[in-house]
Amino acid sequence: PLHLEVINESYMHNVPKGSETHFKVIVVSDAFGSKAALQRHRMVNHTLEEEVQKKGVHALSIVAKTPDQWQESIQKVEPSPNCRGGFGK
Amino acid sequence: MFRILQRFSPVKRRATTLICARYSTGSKEHIDGLVKEKNLVVFMKGTPDAPRCGFSNAVVQILNMHGVEKFDAHNVLEDEDLRQGVKDYSNWPTIPQVYMQGEFLGGCDIMIEMHKNGELIEELKKAGIRSALLDIPEEK
Repeated sequence: PLHLEVINESYMHNVPKGSETHFKVIVVSDAFGSKAALQRHRMVNHTLEEEVQKKGVHALSIVAKTPDQWQESIQKVEPSPNCRGGFGK
Repeated sequence: MFRILQRFSPVKRRATTLICARYSTGSKEHIDGLVKEKNLVVFMKGTPDAPRCGFSNAVVQILNMHGVEKFDAHNVLEDEDLRQGVKDYSNWPTIPQVYMQGEFLGGCDIMIEMHKNGELIEELKKAGIRSALLDIPEEK
């Protein structure tokens, strides 16, 4: 990818300090080409399959853009919505 | 098939286990029944009135913004089978999940994206729902 950012957003959630459970990933890549959002997200989900299904990553928020879309955007991504306490319940 | 399994099982299962296993809420058949021929279905954590997760809440809020208040909501926190089953069903690892007319539409990020770029209005139209946002005059 042209740009890759992994943000640990666990601190925003109902988990112990220092947890690595809630993440946001920003991927900018030509590979997204003309693909729709659902396909792009599936590609990222597939790459991170092990982390999400086996290594306890509980929440994954994805921003997947092509280089052009990334240039057009303000290159900043909004934080995920606040927790409402349901983790592990 | 379950009966056959049970016959060979060394441990006699309790009737309740049998019922749960035969009518697993996480099975493809069960989830088919929940989403097929339904306009709009949301699998979420908590209920629309009391979401228990920020991502689930965001989806409900977006739908409400479009004036959509009638949809089937299933609380996966109350049903562990369904929680895992729906992830397998759509091959999508997270909750919430939105289905429109039986088709998986996306999770929270995709709903936010479609809300922002206007696609959601079009998607709702396909399901015969007129977005309330169309009735709000644009601010100059």
